[in-house]
Amino acid sequence: MLCFVRHVILCSVLCFSAAVPAVAQDIGAPIQTLLQTHGEVIKQSSRRTIGPAIDALAASGLDDAKTVLERWQNKEMWFEAETGVFVFAAAAEGGMLRLFDVAGGVEIGVTEKRPYKQLKPNSGIRGLISAALVQFQLNDPDPSERAKALTAIERDADASHLAALRGAIDGETVPELKAKKQRLERLLTIRFSDDDADRITAIQSFAGDLGVDVRAALNPLVATRLDVADTLPENAMPVEVGTEDLSRARAYALLVDKELAAAQTDPATLRDTLIANIDAGTVAGVQVASLDTDDARMAAYAALAAQGLAAPLVTEADVTAALEAFQFFEVFTGAPVSVAQAAQRALSDIETRVALNQTADLALDALSLASIYFLAAIGLAITFGVMGVINMAHGEFIMMGAYTGYVVQLFVPDYTLSILLAIPLAFAVTFSAGVAMERLVIRWLYHRPLETLLATFGVSIALQQLAKNIFGTQARPLTAPGWLDGSLIINDIVSISYIRIAIFVLALLFLALFLFVMKRTRLGLEVRAVTQNPRMAASMGINPDRINMLTFGFGSGIAGIAGVAIGLYAKVTSEMGTDYIVQSFMTVVVGGVGNIWGTLLGATLVGTLQKGIEWMNPSNTLAAQTYMILFIILFIQFRPRGIIALKGRAAEA
Amino acid sequence: MADIALTPPRRPFVARYPSVIIFIGLLALFTIGVTVLSEGFGIGVISTSFVKTLGKTLCLCLVALAMDLVWGYCGILSLGHMAFFGIGGYAIGMWLMYARTEIIVRDSLAAAPLPPTPQEISDGIAGQIFGVVGASEFPPIWAVAHSLPLQLAAVVLVPGLIALVFGWLAFRSRVTGVYLSILTQAMTLALALYLFQNDSGLRGNNGLSGLQNLPGLGHVPQSTLSVIFLWASALALGLGYLLCAWVVSGKFGSVIRAIRDDEARVRFLGYSVEAYKLFIFTFTAILAGIAGALYYPQAGIINPAELAPIASIYLAVWVAIGGRGRLYGAVIGAAFVSLLSTWFTGGQAPDINLGVYTVQWVDWWTILLGLSFVAVTLFAPRGIGGLFDLISDRRSPDRHGADLGPGTGALQEKEAEK
Amino acid sequence: MSTLLEVSGVSVSFDGFRAINNLTFQIGAAEMRAVIGPNGAGKTTFMDIITGKTKPDSGSVLWGEKSVSLLSMSESRIAQEGIGRKFQRPTVFEDQSVADNLMLALKKSRSPFAVLRFRPSSEDHDKVAELADRIGLSAALHRKSGELSHGQKQWLEIGMLLAQDPRLLLVDEPAAGMTPAEREHTTELLVEAAKTRAVVVVEHDMEFVRRLDCKVTVLHEGSVLAEGSLDHVTANEQVIEVYLGR
Repeated sequence: MLCFVRHVILCSVLCFSAAVPAVAQDIGAPIQTLLQTHGEVIKQSSRRTIGPAIDALAASGLDDAKTVLERWQNKEMWFEAETGVFVFAAAAEGGMLRLFDVAGGVEIGVTEKRPYKQLKPNSGIRGLISAALVQFQLNDPDPSERAKALTAIERDADASHLAALRGAIDGETVPELKAKKQRLERLLTIRFSDDDADRITAIQSFAGDLGVDVRAALNPLVATRLDVADTLPENAMPVEVGTEDLSRARAYALLVDKELAAAQTDPATLRDTLIANIDAGTVAGVQVASLDTDDARMAAYAALAAQGLAAPLVTEADVTAALEAFQFFEVFTGAPVSVAQAAQRALSDIETRVALNQTADLALDALSLASIYFLAAIGLAITFGVMGVINMAHGEFIMMGAYTGYVVQLFVPDYTLSILLAIPLAFAVTFSAGVAMERLVIRWLYHRPLETLLATFGVSIALQQLAKNIFGTQARPLTAPGWLDGSLIINDIVSISYIRIAIFVLALLFLALFLFVMKRTRLGLEVRAVTQNPRMAASMGINPDRINMLTFGFGSGIAGIAGVAIGLYAKVTSEMGTDYIVQSFMTVVVGGVGNIWGTLLGATLVGTLQKGIEWMNPSNTLAAQTYMILFIILFIQFRPRGIIALKGRAAEA
Repeated sequence: MADIALTPPRRPFVARYPSVIIFIGLLALFTIGVTVLSEGFGIGVISTSFVKTLGKTLCLCLVALAMDLVWGYCGILSLGHMAFFGIGGYAIGMWLMYARTEIIVRDSLAAAPLPPTPQEISDGIAGQIFGVVGASEFPPIWAVAHSLPLQLAAVVLVPGLIALVFGWLAFRSRVTGVYLSILTQAMTLALALYLFQNDSGLRGNNGLSGLQNLPGLGHVPQSTLSVIFLWASALALGLGYLLCAWVVSGKFGSVIRAIRDDEARVRFLGYSVEAYKLFIFTFTAILAGIAGALYYPQAGIINPAELAPIASIYLAVWVAIGGRGRLYGAVIGAAFVSLLSTWFTGGQAPDINLGVYTVQWVDWWTILLGLSFVAVTLFAPRGIGGLFDLISDRRSPDRHGADLGPGTGALQEKEAEK
Repeated sequence: MSTLLEVSGVSVSFDGFRAINNLTFQIGAAEMRAVIGPNGAGKTTFMDIITGKTKPDSGSVLWGEKSVSLLSMSESRIAQEGIGRKFQRPTVFEDQSVADNLMLALKKSRSPFAVLRFRPSSEDHDKVAELADRIGLSAALHRKSGELSHGQKQWLEIGMLLAQDPRLLLVDEPAAGMTPAEREHTTELLVEAAKTRAVVVVEHDMEFVRRLDCKVTVLHEGSVLAEGSLDHVTANEQVIEVYLGR
């Protein structure tokens, strides 16, 4: 009844005092009622008292509550001074206000400003409102909105989110989101909860979790501060001076900082003091010319100090004595001891897991490097391993393949198509180059391996310079198609880029191709016949010249395709061949010449080794390569014929 | 024909090898000629920089000599001798840089009010030398850099030791032929990569510089120094030639050529092939180190790129083009190709205008070199030195297509076993 | 007759193929022995084992009065012990003169430093001349050995073996590709050598073996099938079956 009366009054007021309102306002709407209930508090606009109002809005379950909170936060909520009715309002032309109903947001009309007052929530209130809003977002009917809200909290969490999050877990229907909320709730508990027992429970629940976010939440808890005192206080962890954790210099600097000791007299101060006290060629009675050793200078300084002309000399011995007189320790600063210790335990547990997973990641890395070496070496396994021809221009064939890919991309802008075109084209280009080289150079030098090596060096030098002349010295890009961007992420530590997977798959394909060609085709049969006994093969109607030419072309062509793959992974330069040639030969030799499985093992060994050494000394890939080569030189000592060695007469043929 | 065998066995060494006399004579003539024409001691027709180029060329001839001994005579295609050359250069460069920086630091500290302490001097030198790689302390490798005799010993000992250890490992496990070549190339690559690191203690890819300034000889002009270095290089080359000729002339030369042609057979004669190879490998590495120690003070700068495998490949190219298996061939090849390289890549060679395209030799010389190398390997395995055979009528036996070298030598034996 | 070389129970296999199977063999200090057998009987592998080129899987090879084992020695060490080997195809150093080849083989210190200082004395030259005379190459002493005929190379190699002054000579098919006159000369050389040292000749040619007139060992599938005079072994049925019967 009251409602009705107010409605009528309001109507009449509006009719008289304002310009034509388009629609009447629904004064009886539940949201308006709710606002009216807390009207006084809201109008008062005080950080101290506003809490219940916001909570009531948030807990009302009304559809409009969220909008109200948002607009309120944006200072778009007004109320009529007389009636206390809340409206939304926006500035209209001519200093007028455009009003909207808080229920449903329907436009009411344009009116003068005078009867209305704006709610101006201060920053404290706005903070409370946004915390309340989070709850709306977390409870939004649209799951994607909820996911967005979670992401926002993950990115920039705040103590106020905790309560909202706790409130939003039970109502969650999507299992993934629920799990995510629960996880986030525990993370926020760790960071913001006041209850230590809660925090410890939450910390313990994360034992062994690999998430970066967990470590980000835990690390601040175990932050420590270095301190020094005469005796060790309670709950402090003693630190040894002169260890990796605490150098003497740092420990002493702390003492000096705390004014527990005087700064050590460093050579520069010593020198400057002496210089300042030079008096007619002597310092403290000592001839300047004799001050050319540290001992003499120290003696002179000590003399000065004795005369009171300088600060007392603090020597290394003094430093040692001072360091021994004090206890150095660390105290937790990030959290109470019990929480910090729980965090420390959880972190060490996590670190073990992280190390395990890093090993797995390293293994993947090694595998992908091995595939690259295998790709680079497989052509060589044919020309060198099967035919026994040593081709030092092999690296340049790889380079030619990569440049072919680059040129194709200049003409075909679609990356997927261009790669698909580049692969057969690269094969064709390097196949022809290989055949040409075999015909022009190598066939004259069969059974003269050193000469072959030299002649192919000549070709390699020439090809490299030719590429430099054509393409310049700067690196050229070979862009992978979009679908190869990104990585397969297994967890926060283990991931592998799709391009590496592609190279791995390509390596497997090549292995299959090689096995197929050598074991299942006529060409393979004839190749094996020719390499084992050319005269016998010739007498059976096989043309060894043709077979040699085709085999060499095949090996070179594979190098070309490898070039495209390697170009995707690394940059295309005229010198890229030299980066791979030694490793490729090492791969073939280490694996055992003449055996493709050996090459596979060799590539795995070389790749694993390089990654392993890099892991031990991550700052220095050059050193890794150095040590790897040294290892291989030693390896060949013990297995001169490689991992898979052919024995007996076959090996010597 | 017993009288032939009974000819007096002890003819003077040089009488048996007239080419040694001719070579030493020509070298002396060349040195005197350059001195007379130089700016430092003569009429100034030849510029100081060209005198340096000639002096450097003599050093390259010396390392080519070493290469010929190990490859042409002993059949080991080493792709590591330019690394030994570079190590020699580094060894002497360390002293040059240290001593010169020491003078500079002492001079600058002399102006200070207090006489410098040894520590201040050492810190000053270290700061000057290692500032570029962000270090200020001497790495252990520089422990004896202050001492010229010790660094000179390092010129000989470091390449010698590396060659000894590497050679012992490689020869012991019977790595031969192309495998050995690749292994030596890997060794070279490892060395170069190691030196490229900043924390190698040898200034990473900055290398050592200012080597042309001899400590204590700042007042002597470069024009004079260049000629003195030319003499030193000529002397080293002359002595090196004599030594190599002596080594290859006697039974030792006979053994190593036998090893080159068929090492298994030499083994069954009771010679320890590995010991001989190791001897030659180490000896030539030392020779290369000495050549490098003379080369880099004339070049003025050394960096790890000088040790890259490609440098050793070029060394093989020079020896092959000059004609391997004869000492003068190596010298001719090194001198001819390296001077020609300098001429072409120095931009002095006239460009060839083909109308549509202008051949700029700076770009195309390497291609020409690569292709001519292929051509020499295919069509003129005896190289330029082979031309002398036309005059001296020196013939080598008809091998019916069989080639020199352990790879093929072993092949003969294998065929025999079938 | 004292035993110079004793091979007992030696086996070796390559990738499962048994090239030598429990082989036992003995030879005295001054004895000529012919080893015959069909292709693949293991004759060359047998020589490889004695000269240290192949290491056997089992068995022992004992040498000399002190019965030292040859198995742990390198090829060059075994050669220095006094075992000389001649390969089937003549392998002389073709780039060097006949005199150089003989000088190389002459029994002298083999260490690199000794060789470096070595300068031939007139006795050495005499010795080389004398050897050249024995192998009929006096006239060719200063010719490159690559220019020699096939037979001359074979002799040169035998000459090099004699220059080594070995106590045991292993000779693989010395008469292959020789004219009858050349064979005659080769036989003489070997028989002469066998007066002061042990000589093992591997040969296919029965006529040549008959001329050597010595004890014969027949190898088959890596082990000794029969041993005795030529007439004795050629009468052996098994031998006829595996070798002569073909």
